[in-house]
Amino acid sequence: MSETYIEETAEAADKVAGRLGINRREFLQFCAATATTLGLPTGAEAAIAKAVEKAQRPSVIWLHFQECTGCSESLLRAEHPTLEKLILDVISLDYHETLMAAAGHQAEAARKAAMKAHKGKYILVVEGAIPVKDNGIYCKIGGHKAIDMLKECAADAAAVIAIGSCASWGGMPSTDPNPTGASSVGDVLGKPVVTIPGCPPNPYNFLATVVHFLTFGSLPAVDQLGRPKFAYGRIIHEHCERRAHFDAGRFAMEFGDEGHRKGYCLYKLGCKGPETYANCSTIGFGDAGESNWPVGCGHPCIGCTEKGVGFTKPIHQTAVLRGMMPPASYPRIVEEQGKASFAAAAALAAIAGAAAGGAAMLAKNLGKHDAEQQPQQKGE
Amino acid sequence: MANNHAHARTHAPAPLGGSLLTPFTLLLGVLSAIAGFILVYRFFYGLGAVTNLNDGYPWGIWIAYDVVVGSAFACGGYVMALLVYIFNKGQYHPLVRPALLASLFGYTLAGVSVIFDLGRWWNFWHIFWPGYAQVNSVMFEVAVCISAYIVVMWIEFSPAFLEKLGMKDVKRKLNKLLFFFIALGVLLPSMHQSSLGSLLVIFGQQIHPLWQSGALLPLIYLMTAILLGFAVVILEATLSSTGFGRPLETKVLTPLSKIMLGLLAAYLALRILDLLWRGALGTAFAFTLEAGMFWIEMAAFVVPLALLAPASARRSASKLFAAAVMLLAGGMLLRINGFLVGYQTGDGWHYFPSFAELMVTVGIIAFEILAYIVIVRKFPVLPAAQPATR
Repeated sequence: MSETYIEETAEAADKVAGRLGINRREFLQFCAATATTLGLPTGAEAAIAKAVEKAQRPSVIWLHFQECTGCSESLLRAEHPTLEKLILDVISLDYHETLMAAAGHQAEAARKAAMKAHKGKYILVVEGAIPVKDNGIYCKIGGHKAIDMLKECAADAAAVIAIGSCASWGGMPSTDPNPTGASSVGDVLGKPVVTIPGCPPNPYNFLATVVHFLTFGSLPAVDQLGRPKFAYGRIIHEHCERRAHFDAGRFAMEFGDEGHRKGYCLYKLGCKGPETYANCSTIGFGDAGESNWPVGCGHPCIGCTEKGVGFTKPIHQTAVLRGMMPPASYPRIVEEQGKASFAAAAALAAIAGAAAGGAAMLAKNLGKHDAEQQPQQKGE
Repeated sequence: MANNHAHARTHAPAPLGGSLLTPFTLLLGVLSAIAGFILVYRFFYGLGAVTNLNDGYPWGIWIAYDVVVGSAFACGGYVMALLVYIFNKGQYHPLVRPALLASLFGYTLAGVSVIFDLGRWWNFWHIFWPGYAQVNSVMFEVAVCISAYIVVMWIEFSPAFLEKLGMKDVKRKLNKLLFFFIALGVLLPSMHQSSLGSLLVIFGQQIHPLWQSGALLPLIYLMTAILLGFAVVILEATLSSTGFGRPLETKVLTPLSKIMLGLLAAYLALRILDLLWRGALGTAFAFTLEAGMFWIEMAAFVVPLALLAPASARRSASKLFAAAVMLLAGGMLLRINGFLVGYQTGDGWHYFPSFAELMVTVGIIAFEILAYIVIVRKFPVLPAAQPATR
């Protein structure tokens, strides 16, 4: 790496740090962390630093529908390096119901103005599911139905990002019997969008997606469900810090038992790590160290990012193992239980056979009787 | 049809008479006694000593067969009462009393079987006691509804006993009130046969997608219960005709089978559309026990549909009987598959009934048939008819 390049990066970092009132080291740490989250090679943090420094500040319209605002909250509560300052610096958040100062007609006017001014260039972020049952009357903002508002805002957006499980695949509001017909952004718009599922999702996954857009002018590579591959490419279980316990057959059997206190694998308490795609086990939550995520705290993963797992399967039901089994020489995870006897199976087969045979014989005899009756009936 | 009616039965029901002791009744008696012995053992030494029940399968065939299938097989009385008294199809009247008798035993034993399966059986009355009952539970609805229906059926059937005992006065008074019990006798099975399906709704993910039809489960269970009611009437009429050497009742059964055919077509359409709608049909093509059982179950419903489609087939006693037997097998498999085969409470759990469990179920069926034979020989149930001329 040339000296001028390093100097340029340092210069960019100084500018941003000065603008945000944070120190340069913190900002560079952020750039490095984001580059790592995205799985980018060395040097990318410099590109990120420069992109943030230039700050084209794309206009962002952030819509809230059926949700708890937990996604926004998790973003604002991130601590290092004052993530909310950064996010508000790199983007121009023109409409966000929780954060904007405007209210009522003023708020709607701001949205319309932003949509008009940045037509075809703004980023639309959607938080929350969209009710579609009964013409979508179950969620209205400023007199507009959620479904209409989404379609209106999505029409001229440069990119649509669904944040949180609700917007990504329906999430908690879509749990059976789904009385409001809660649907995902992709379903409502009828086209795939970038999804950042999680309840709440890790703020770095969202921020890294936005920074990727700023740095490279495009959204990161996604899988078939629209999830960025850098964050959702692997199963939680693959990189879980308790994985060694799983492989060795050491499990917490109930909360507070010896295995639980020793930090054994939580699979038998219903951990959904083995069937949930997310990077929780590698980046942690809340900037409070790697132990700060559900499994690190001793609670099984509930699979909040995964459709058909989170808010669907009972929390303590054991997960489906997706393509990973410990070696055969290790203790088994599941002990086969329950018994069957050969005598009982033979008896059941005999009963079924006798019943089928008896019925067949009787039908045959009745058939003879039919044959006798037939000429008589014709004669009648 | 009018000709048929006049031709069929103008005779009032009368006791059949004849000897109670035959090799067949003796066999039934022995089977019942074996079941009785096992049950005594079970009440002294507990469920674990007799059954293969475990923490993954807290219920086995004593519930899945004896109660869920048993009560559905006992829907003959319900279906006949529905046809004769609600849809006013008087030509089926001769079938009502024998069908009701079979239902009476089916339901009574289904109700009693629940007690066999209860771990702390001495607490069984809690479900009826206001302070203990959990009124929001489906199980509560099923328990109370089945119990009430058993009482209602004994009242519905009591004229047969009253005639025998010569209590004409009581019978006359009861006849004035009987319409109320008949109405209840149609309402109650509609409620609990659908609720037996609702039981599976609350198991959610634990039921294999091929049988987890969600909100449609009550309808699916009710439709098949009615189908099984028709099938069991055909079976029971054919068996009592051949068994007691009486003329076949094919002429009454033919129009009955036409109604059955329509309902069967509607059921199959609903079942297949539901599987397609939920996207569950794909799992039927996997190489699993569940998929195999599903295809056997579907075959047992589809073959009777094909068999009974031509009008001539519905006049054939053998084809009617074959179709009825297959439908009974199909309805039984739907329930066994939903409650046991497609029921997975967690990895590693297996259940297959023990020999003793099977013998109890066999004994209960034997006891039902034995009691039916005794009652029709001693009480006025089957229509008086000329001895078989064939």
